[in-house]
Amino acid sequence: MKATPLSNCERRFLLRAIQEKKRLDGRQCYDYRNIRVSFGADRGCCIVELGRTRVLAQVSCELVPPKPSRPTEGVLFFNLELSPMAAPGLEPGRQSELLVSLNRLLERCLRDSKCIETESLCVVAGEKVWQIRLDMHLLNHDGNITDAASIAGIVALCHFRRPDVSVQGEEVTVYTPEERDPVPLSIHHMPICVSFAFFHQGTYLLVDPTEREERVMDGLLVIAMNKHHEICTIQSSGVVMLLPDQILRCSKITAVKVAEITELIQKALENDQKARKEGGKFGFAESIPNQRITTFKMESAAVDTNDVEEQAGEIIAKADPPSEVFASPVVHTPGTAQIGEGIESSWGDLEESEKEEAAEEEGESEAAAFECEKVETEDTSTLKETKSDEPIVLSDSEEEEVVILEPQELPRKTRTQTSIKQENPSKKAFNKRRRKKRTSR
Amino acid sequence: MAVEMEVADGQCRLRPFSCELGLLSRPDGSAAFLQGDTSVLAGLYGPAEAKISKELPDRAALEVLLRPKVGLPGVLERSREQLLRQTCEAVLLGVLHPRTAISLVLQVLSDAGSLLSCCLNAACMALLDAGLPLAALFCGVTYALQPDGAILLDPTARQEQEARAVLTFAIASSDRKVLMATTKGSCSVEEMQQCLAAAQRAASTIFQFYRDSVRRRYSKN
Repeated sequence: MKATPLSNCERRFLLRAIQEKKRLDGRQCYDYRNIRVSFGADRGCCIVELGRTRVLAQVSCELVPPKPSRPTEGVLFFNLELSPMAAPGLEPGRQSELLVSLNRLLERCLRDSKCIETESLCVVAGEKVWQIRLDMHLLNHDGNITDAASIAGIVALCHFRRPDVSVQGEEVTVYTPEERDPVPLSIHHMPICVSFAFFHQGTYLLVDPTEREERVMDGLLVIAMNKHHEICTIQSSGVVMLLPDQILRCSKITAVKVAEITELIQKALENDQKARKEGGKFGFAESIPNQRITTFKMESAAVDTNDVEEQAGEIIAKADPPSEVFASPVVHTPGTAQIGEGIESSWGDLEESEKEEAAEEEGESEAAAFECEKVETEDTSTLKETKSDEPIVLSDSEEEEVVILEPQELPRKTRTQTSIKQENPSKKAFNKRRRKKRTSR
Repeated sequence: MAVEMEVADGQCRLRPFSCELGLLSRPDGSAAFLQGDTSVLAGLYGPAEAKISKELPDRAALEVLLRPKVGLPGVLERSREQLLRQTCEAVLLGVLHPRTAISLVLQVLSDAGSLLSCCLNAACMALLDAGLPLAALFCGVTYALQPDGAILLDPTARQEQEARAVLTFAIASSDRKVLMATTKGSCSVEEMQQCLAAAQRAASTIFQFYRDSVRRRYSKN
């Protein structure tokens, strides 16, 4: 699917609107879009909606040997995928420039800020540590993927519980959730990215740009910060030169936004925790708003399956009776066997007809004259072969098969033979031989 | 949350269903389908301009992608993509849009059993939401055969693990025809026919659900 380019008049319209301090969605310059966090039924699964941008995050864990350079630290792995669902033009499995830069930024935000205690993930130093894997999927792209992914990532990490382990001497026991309550990861702080888009060489600034605004922006500044006003990452990209006071102003805005978002995240986590504790309903089904006309729910419905047995019996009774199948192999002569339908082997018939044809050819050798030379020589050799042991024509097909198996007779011969004389695919002949081999063994 | 199903006097139960249509802004059609705790999100683009290499002269080229939640798509996802694509192609009137491309992307949101049938349902809802011309609707029904021979509709992940065989059918709305059938494990001909007959009945309930949700979507209030 190809992406639609932005037309020049759209571009001019957007830039003019920004000059007049207006945004398409009616927000002010420093306004953030609405954030909605919903949790899945599994631990460590959440969907974050930032306006219409949607990111799915899932955390999983695994016991792995640690890196030799850091034997007492757990391994963290982050991966953001731009699913082709999110926007036309995104291809699956392609490491685009955008994707690489986003992944690197999220790694710096989540790993390099040391927000997750990696030493607590160690089980046996130098042997077994937990690998925490965070998968993020962009589901709908409406701008500002960075912020949405960073929120989704940290929320999923906070929501995740890993199985409890105990070490007794050399023995490591991993407990199932029924045996022992899973333990949360130890998270020191929550770094959250806030993006700023610059227009007209940095004259105009917008917080949380949408996809359209991202397309016309000159530069982008991303600041990752936690609620203690500690800056975790700053990245400026694009063709804009910023003044020191602009960055200072942005960091002040970031502090305000981060405080709001952190509060929202904590509230969402608490609500989910409460629902789980009280045994209430949770999961994606509960997060779908009921009143919307685009949604519809149905309670658990019964399906009457009372007389399906009779119905099935009827269908089987009406159907043609299956041909008799011999489950046990039929032994024609000692050392041979046949498995499959019917007593008469279908390939035996073929062989006979083949031989008949061969006999015919024997009579009128001109018939083969139009065939290519190579084939002809091969044909004559097989003819000789049939001549040399005449009684085979009369005997049943097994012996002929044995002839084919002999090493001096190249298997290629039979293949060409069949392909000329009948439209029997050579594969079949090959299979026959294989089957033959197996049974004669 | 495991919704336990009672199997009382030959009755099977579908887990609570819910669906949301048109929830994504970028795709031309989108749907989230939930069966109990299993949920799949589908997004559909097209019919749109196709790449020259993928273009078909007589009909629309349909591409189905199934994205797992953790890790990269593997062999299982590939084989399911094939099943889903062939099922969609069977009902999609692609000849009306020759030389175009339709791409359907399915994202697993959570897997709590009967994932393939949920994928089928989500795919059909996305096709409906995109307003593509279809010859019929289809739905997915999964049955599990328990070791004692009883059949179980819409099994959870745990029930699937314990089952002797798991059968998934795609049923078309016209004459309840079978569009696709796939089984895992071993079952007899009688059991297979039983499940199929039961699946055709469950399909009626699911099609009623489709009808109600689309009616609600296009209602004025």
